[in-house]
Amino acid sequence: MAEGGAETSSRVVLETRDVSKQYRLEGVEVNALQAVSIAIRAGEMVSIMGPSGSGKSTLMHIIGLLDQPTSGKVILEGDDISSLSPNELAEQRNKHIGFVFQSFNLLSRTSAQANVELPLVYAGVSGAERVRRAKEALEHVGLGNRLGHFSSQLSGGQQQRVAIARALVNDPSIVLADEPTGNLDSRSGIEVMAMLQELNAQGITVVIVTHDDRIARHAQRVIRVFDGRVKAEEIVRDRVLAAQELAALSAEEVTG
Amino acid sequence: MNFAESFRIALRALGANKARSVLTMLGVVIGVAAVILLVGIGTGVQNEITGQIEGLGSNLLFVVPGQFEGGMSANAAPPSRRFTLDDADLLARRVPGVDVVVPVIQSGSIVKRGNRSVRVVVAAANESGGEVFSGTLAGGRSYRKSEVQAGARVVVIGSNVRDTLFPGQDPVGKLVTLEGQRFTVVGYYESLGGGLGGDQDSQVYIPITTAQRIFNLNYINTIVVKASDPSRIEVVKADIRRVLIPRYGEEFTVFTQEQTLGLLSDLLNTLTYMLAGIAGISLLVGGIGIMNIMLVSVSERTREIGIRKAVGARTYDILSQFVIEAVGLSVLGGIIGIIIGWGGAALMSKLTPVPTNVTPWAVAVAFFFAAGVGVFFGVYPAWKASQLDPIVALRYE
Repeated sequence: MAEGGAETSSRVVLETRDVSKQYRLEGVEVNALQAVSIAIRAGEMVSIMGPSGSGKSTLMHIIGLLDQPTSGKVILEGDDISSLSPNELAEQRNKHIGFVFQSFNLLSRTSAQANVELPLVYAGVSGAERVRRAKEALEHVGLGNRLGHFSSQLSGGQQQRVAIARALVNDPSIVLADEPTGNLDSRSGIEVMAMLQELNAQGITVVIVTHDDRIARHAQRVIRVFDGRVKAEEIVRDRVLAAQELAALSAEEVTG
Repeated sequence: MNFAESFRIALRALGANKARSVLTMLGVVIGVAAVILLVGIGTGVQNEITGQIEGLGSNLLFVVPGQFEGGMSANAAPPSRRFTLDDADLLARRVPGVDVVVPVIQSGSIVKRGNRSVRVVVAAANESGGEVFSGTLAGGRSYRKSEVQAGARVVVIGSNVRDTLFPGQDPVGKLVTLEGQRFTVVGYYESLGGGLGGDQDSQVYIPITTAQRIFNLNYINTIVVKASDPSRIEVVKADIRRVLIPRYGEEFTVFTQEQTLGLLSDLLNTLTYMLAGIAGISLLVGGIGIMNIMLVSVSERTREIGIRKAVGARTYDILSQFVIEAVGLSVLGGIIGIIIGWGGAALMSKLTPVPTNVTPWAVAVAFFFAAGVGVFFGVYPAWKASQLDPIVALRYE
């Protein structure tokens, strides 16, 4: 599994320039972000880390094109997207961002296959092509035998893998994972992290948003956010490799 | 995303909540069925009545006391003077081009035989009554001129009266009691059938002189004049007016068949619209039901909307999804309502005497009104859904 380094010279996929976000909460002006400038490069695995209230969620919303900054610019694949309308943002999200949420956010009473097809539906991909690509994505995350299962019939780890398949299906520029292990037992959590690392090794850009230092250290680089500012950016020295953990865990189980 | 896709998503959502979808639809089903059934009854009754009047022939004129201008308005003055038998005689003698002149009294009463009794309309006329009353004798005979002159207590009975008082028997020659007097049945009519024919089947016919005596009247209600030539009906009408004006001034009115038909038609039209209006209200209530459920559905599915938006659904996609759901409910409800309403109407005219006539016009109006209700009451919840902020929607528990 490749360590960082080579990727630092690659092209910037997404960049924020002096991004600030203010909003009013019950009449009080809140500075959620102040002059945040970060860059995500193609093929990187980056963690955005901070305690709750640090502004990391707001930053994630802006990176995920779910929200617009009050000031500053967001450059996605070379285009400034800070002034797009909600509908244009939706199209950009559809094309460039794949979301993995803490609570999975799969459609209930809907099959895994249909859930993964969802971004393709809004991308206007129809018929056999859509079915084929969704199937492919589910096979990619090891759920090729669960296509017709409803979310309620899947374990938490499996649900999160469906969500990852959904995030991948549109070949996005960035897979954005918000506390991807937060609702999982530890083993499933490790499995999901192993999968994200494996996808990254295949060249997919992954951004993990977390408050957990250990989860953050699965990435090659950590951006620490505190009080709405970037406090530190560091290369992870002792990167956690989930695949190794998983192997160790299996060995433990075997020996009892 | 195209329309077919929105449609599929909406159908899937409706299918996921079957009980709720069916109950919501029920409001529209009942509304549409009610519109079609009630308008069907209105139209059917209208056709039946106008048909019956036309069946009497277009050469009849009805002379009634009092002034009626234009329509049967409520402010028509009550007649200050009634006609008498003399007036009928006068018309018979002085108006040319006339076949018969029939003085008529109509009055409600009860006919008894032993311990059986039946409520009837007594229609009294002279010996020419058969020429202006519809119906065919099934047995016996009509009363004769001599019986009219003598004020004889003879009666011809409608089929309903016969069935009630003489089940399975020949009534001719038997006695009945009317207003405390004994009458001999001399004949009976065939059933006219049909919804409003029911009334005529409950009539009994007696000589007008007899009626005046038993009801203690010196006047008559109406004079019916049958013109020899339908094309000269306006001339006959003018002649009648010429004869009666010296006696009554303008205090009488001559209706031709056509006029009567027009008046009745207006009245029945109003009635049909009223029925449609009442049914329309239930359709409206059905629509409000749709809106209510759609609002619930939107808030219940806030998270789903957030997910859809996060993966790329635009405002339009969400809007169309929910509008199609609402319209789907109302259109499906409309179709079921049409089937039920139409079937109900067909069943009704088969099993009951009420005639029905479902016109394509009524079906179309009910259907498009239902679809319109779906759009109208579906747009607001759908718009609300489409305006949700994806961040807020995703966080929604």
